[in-house]
Amino acid sequence: MTQTGLRLENLRILRRGRQLVALDTHVAPGAVLTVMGASGVGKSTLLAAITGTLPTGFRAEGRIILNGEDISRKAPEHRHVGILFQEELLFPHLSVGGNLAFGLPPRIRGRAARRTKIKEALDDVGLAGFAARDPATLSGGQKARVALMRMLLSEPKALLLDEAFAGLDAALRAQVRQLVFDRARARALPVLMVTHDAADAQAAGGRLIVLEPR
Amino acid sequence: MRLAPALTLVLLLGPVLAGLAGTLAPALGLFPALGGRSLSLAPAMALLDWPGLVPAARLSVTTGLAATALSLAITALIMAGWSGTRAFRWMERALSPLLSVPHAAAAFGIAFLIAPSGWISRALSPWATDWHHPPDLLIVQDPWGIAMVLGLVAKEVPFLLLMTLAALPQAMPRRSLTIAQSLGYCRVTGWLKAVFPRIYAQIRLPVYAVLAYSMSVVDVAIILGPNTPPPLAVQVVRWMGDPDLTMRFQAAAGAVLQLALVVVVLTLWRLGEGVAGRLGKSWIARGGRGRFDHALGLAGMAAATLTAGAVLLGLAGLALWSVAGFWTFPDAWPDSLTLRAWMRHAPGLRDPVLETVIIALAATLIALALTLACLQAEHRFGLSPGARSLWLLYLPLLIPQIAFLPGLQTLALIAGADMGRGVVILGHVVFVLPYVFLSLGDPFRKWDTRHATIAAALGAAPRRTFWAIRLPMLLAPVLTAAAVGFGVSVGQYLPTLLIGGGRVQTLTTEAVALASGGDRRVIGIYALAQTGVVILGFAAALLLPRLAWANRHALRAAA
Ligand SMILES: Nc1ncnc2c1ncn2[C@@H]1O[C@H](COP(=O)(O)OP(=O)(O)O)[C@@H](O)[C@H]1O
Ligand SMILES: [Mg+2]
Repeated sequence: MTQTGLRLENLRILRRGRQLVALDTHVAPGAVLTVMGASGVGKSTLLAAITGTLPTGFRAEGRIILNGEDISRKAPEHRHVGILFQEELLFPHLSVGGNLAFGLPPRIRGRAARRTKIKEALDDVGLAGFAARDPATLSGGQKARVALMRMLLSEPKALLLDEAFAGLDAALRAQVRQLVFDRARARALPVLMVTHDAADAQAAGGRLIVLEPR
Repeated sequence: MRLAPALTLVLLLGPVLAGLAGTLAPALGLFPALGGRSLSLAPAMALLDWPGLVPAARLSVTTGLAATALSLAITALIMAGWSGTRAFRWMERALSPLLSVPHAAAAFGIAFLIAPSGWISRALSPWATDWHHPPDLLIVQDPWGIAMVLGLVAKEVPFLLLMTLAALPQAMPRRSLTIAQSLGYCRVTGWLKAVFPRIYAQIRLPVYAVLAYSMSVVDVAIILGPNTPPPLAVQVVRWMGDPDLTMRFQAAAGAVLQLALVVVVLTLWRLGEGVAGRLGKSWIARGGRGRFDHALGLAGMAAATLTAGAVLLGLAGLALWSVAGFWTFPDAWPDSLTLRAWMRHAPGLRDPVLETVIIALAATLIALALTLACLQAEHRFGLSPGARSLWLLYLPLLIPQIAFLPGLQTLALIAGADMGRGVVILGHVVFVLPYVFLSLGDPFRKWDTRHATIAAALGAAPRRTFWAIRLPMLLAPVLTAAAVGFGVSVGQYLPTLLIGGGRVQTLTTEAVALASGGDRRVIGIYALAQTGVVILGFAAALLLPRLAWANRHALRAAA
């Protein structure tokens, strides 16, 4: 039986041989799993294990299964796991459109077709006409939306949020959060959200795991 | 790419070690091509028989130590007295131009300022000195090497300042200084007691490099240093160039002695650090808040202004000479200005300029590629460079050039290799690479690797992330590192001369060859051309990112 969604099977992250995080859980498509815990317990490290970008000195054991496929040995670029950080990390040398094009798979060929996809994505989040803009000139909320669309254009199969809303003020925060959750649900993406904010957890409405320091 | 660090090590240390071996063998009498087939002490005896040996060796030690101690003291006093002030920001801006002036050009400029017929003497004559002819004084190539020390200090202070500025953020100087000041310490004393020890620990290797360099420098010594006898390194070069090939045994012995001198003095300096540290601790423990603070700060500023001014004024003087018509002694300004000298020498300038630029571009590109490959390998495979790799990087700067370049020439002679431009380029890489690496390492490692995480999450392979994201984002520091490397290559004298077997002629070798002729117009032209080439490199490094990222706010701010 193949199970859809994101399954962390006896996932253990070790730092220089000592266990930092251990987790065995499942996130169903369209559901949000919230992970909380004191700063430094290893929340970001957990997400790095899932994206396949653990820093040196760290090692992951166990399996990460995405829609029935074990991705734990795959290269990061072949895992199809999207991630959003607190900083939007838009590539500063590319225009807004260039950032989105970077996310768009090469499968979509032809300048016109790619341009149309990007335009649709921008229109979709109320940023029509922003393609040529320098990302540094956008407001916080606009950057967050570009980062979200860049990730969604790459057609991820799961979504990780590393305190993704922490940089936004309260009003904007609720708005962007809702946008992200709506999009994830519409695409039936399993979401793993790391946050410090109880309001984030509440809005997610899913299960909550609190990591304890060891 | 996993092999990049190994390849870099080979290209960096291979020539150094091979060269050392190639120097040591003839020093011990082994040089089959010249009939040296068995170990012998003859080269060493010949060296000992040279009457100039003791003064030449003494000069190497005294000028090297004086130049290093003075440069370090001036650097420390400037930092202590002025870091964070407006005057300091102004000085920071003067730093890059000063760094980009090649040693030889700076030395020529200073020579022109302080010579008996130089600008200073002209400015004071005849009203203050009553000189109507240049006085018969040995100011420039004075027997104690004072002019040479001045020339070295003028170039090494900017270098040490740059290294200090790079080390500064880690030492968190502002907080320490604030605390010291709140405890009643004056600025300079507070900085020296609270910040300097940590800074020194970080600039130790650059200081050693300055010491090794100053003890064995050749081009500056030829221009500003004493002649009879010259410092040891210069004499070794003379022997190397002697038409009598058997002089090479003696040259090799001299080169080995030079290496030994540097090793001994570096060791003594290291021991001296311990003593100075203990004295410093008791100075700190006594709790004095600083009495001559203001004077010390001013002295540092005065010394810095003097040395920087000497370089810049000297260059201005050379520029003036190159366009001077008739210019007789006590006049401070030529009768007329003319481009005649430039017209006459421009055709001859073409080849050396081309040669200089080709060698510098090639050496820089190789060094840049190796550096980027090493740094990227470090990032990809999680290699962590230890303190030892920093030492390896500094090794070519710590071993005097004169100790291993003759050996390389000897080896090539034995192998019958034609010493052309290609080998010279590889020789330059040995000296260019450390600077490129030191310049690019920090900005490359500081890059937020979450950009790579994002790119990978978007499906980009590491290669694409490197070329499409990391390199463009790091365009400014990459070009700066390239400009630094380019400048280092342009300024190389000994590697070009010795590895090129005297047949590869760059602006620097040509300029130094002109030193003895004393035609100031030609010297001015060559020194300016040499400086101009380097400055063009830096200008390009400054300008290109601004053009490329004219529309990218975040990157323009960083450039
Ligand atoms: N690149 C790294 N190299 C070494 N240690 C790291 C690195 N990143 C994080 N750590 C360490 O791993 C632990 C977990 O960090 P992290 O996952 O970032 O915590 P959190 O996101 O929960 O605040 C911390 O002790 C942190 O210091
Ligand atoms: Mg974190």
